[in-house]
Amino acid sequence: MKTQAFYIAFSLFAVLFTSCEQQNAVKKQRHDVQNSDLQKTISTTKMAYISGGEYMPFYGAIDSNEVYVAPFLMDERQVTNAEFLKFVTDNPQWRKSNVSRIHADTNYLKDWVSDLELPKNAKSDAPVTNISWFAAKAYAKSVGKRMPTLDEWEFVAMADTDTVNARDKKTYSSSIISLYMQKDRQYNSVKQSKPNAWNVYNMFDLVWEWTDDFNSILTVGDSRTGTNEDKNLFCAAGGSSATDVNNYAAYMRFAMRTSVKARYCISNLGFRCAKDTIIE
Amino acid sequence: MKAFSIILSVAVFLFSCAGNKQKELKDLPENSIFHLTSNWKNQDNESLQLNDLRGKTLVVVMIYTSCQSACPILVSKMKQIERQIDPKYMENVNLVLVTIDPENDTPEKLKQFAKLNQMNDPQWTFLTSNEDDTQELANVLAMKYKKIDPIDFSHSNIITIFSPEGEMVIQEEGLEINVKKVAETVNKTVKVFN
Repeated sequence: MKTQAFYIAFSLFAVLFTSCEQQNAVKKQRHDVQNSDLQKTISTTKMAYISGGEYMPFYGAIDSNEVYVAPFLMDERQVTNAEFLKFVTDNPQWRKSNVSRIHADTNYLKDWVSDLELPKNAKSDAPVTNISWFAAKAYAKSVGKRMPTLDEWEFVAMADTDTVNARDKKTYSSSIISLYMQKDRQYNSVKQSKPNAWNVYNMFDLVWEWTDDFNSILTVGDSRTGTNEDKNLFCAAGGSSATDVNNYAAYMRFAMRTSVKARYCISNLGFRCAKDTIIE
Repeated sequence: MKAFSIILSVAVFLFSCAGNKQKELKDLPENSIFHLTSNWKNQDNESLQLNDLRGKTLVVVMIYTSCQSACPILVSKMKQIERQIDPKYMENVNLVLVTIDPENDTPEKLKQFAKLNQMNDPQWTFLTSNEDDTQELANVLAMKYKKIDPIDFSHSNIITIFSPEGEMVIQEEGLEINVKKVAETVNKTVKVFN
């Protein structure tokens, strides 16, 4: 009886010990991967020169003043599936199976067949989606660019196909909203529609886009007055904070931005990069 | 049979993964903030990473020292929380104030601020970094902020409690933070983990 007990205990012992060791080894490997340095990736995406200027932010302007947007460069289209695949190939820490949970929720690249395989039937030149803000930020850094700021993005978004500021046109907002209403538009290829007056494509017709400072819209109570609360964005009282009440498309974008957290990965949320113009 | 159960329990105790108290990064929970590799300096100008704060229950708030309005309230809330933490637990608690204004809030400035506000005891940690790493942490905390002029920021007011393993326990938001609830949660967290 005793020998048998010893035997059983010993086997149990051995099993637990090895499984623990294995588990730790896997964890350690994963941790090492997660902490590896960002590798440079090459991006050949054409950038449009945006000459900048004064613009009235749609929401949250300080004393309703115009904001100056300095000249900058913006990718003419979103980052595509193929480009993101190259990025994760070069950067294992951003692969689906390695990404850290604080940097991306479980929807990260969720339709990808495996770490290095795009979703079934996905077009390689469709915008990449299901990526977190952290992933977008890392991608931009790896190609030597950055994400556009909210003001930069919205500045470019004022344009239609023939003017850089089409906000006063009657059809401006309604035509964007009709684009927003199209189903499954995120699976389409980039650059299939007309560019806007800055020569930038797909501002509205494919996906929502991350901006660098998406978290700067203070809807959770301004620190000093405490009056700038969530409800202000949506109820009539808040309508007075918006500078352009007819721009319902912009309302939708701002509502979207305030509802996401940086680790969220959403099936119709992508991104594009921007860059400072080089000052000699 | 008795010998069997004794050996069995000893074996399980010694070799189960749960009983493994190794303090290595690889053992961290997936969602631990200690996975962040950002670089920080404290009020004594010592360089550190968040993982160096591992092992204590953390109470974290993001502020900036030249703030005239909300931050003094947040700072006073932190001090009220400190007073309601069981003194015997204090050595297992770290009250952390992180600046959202790294440009102006140097370690020296943070040290001054700590002195001025009588936050010199070892449980107080002040941290400053660069803009990218600050933004990353703010986004991990889902804290919103915006620079509105060269000296001022508007920002949301959030106090977050992290377990000694870096997992978020609770977040309290707004200026009416429930001090009692935060302090009780800190006490409970310390009790569970130590």
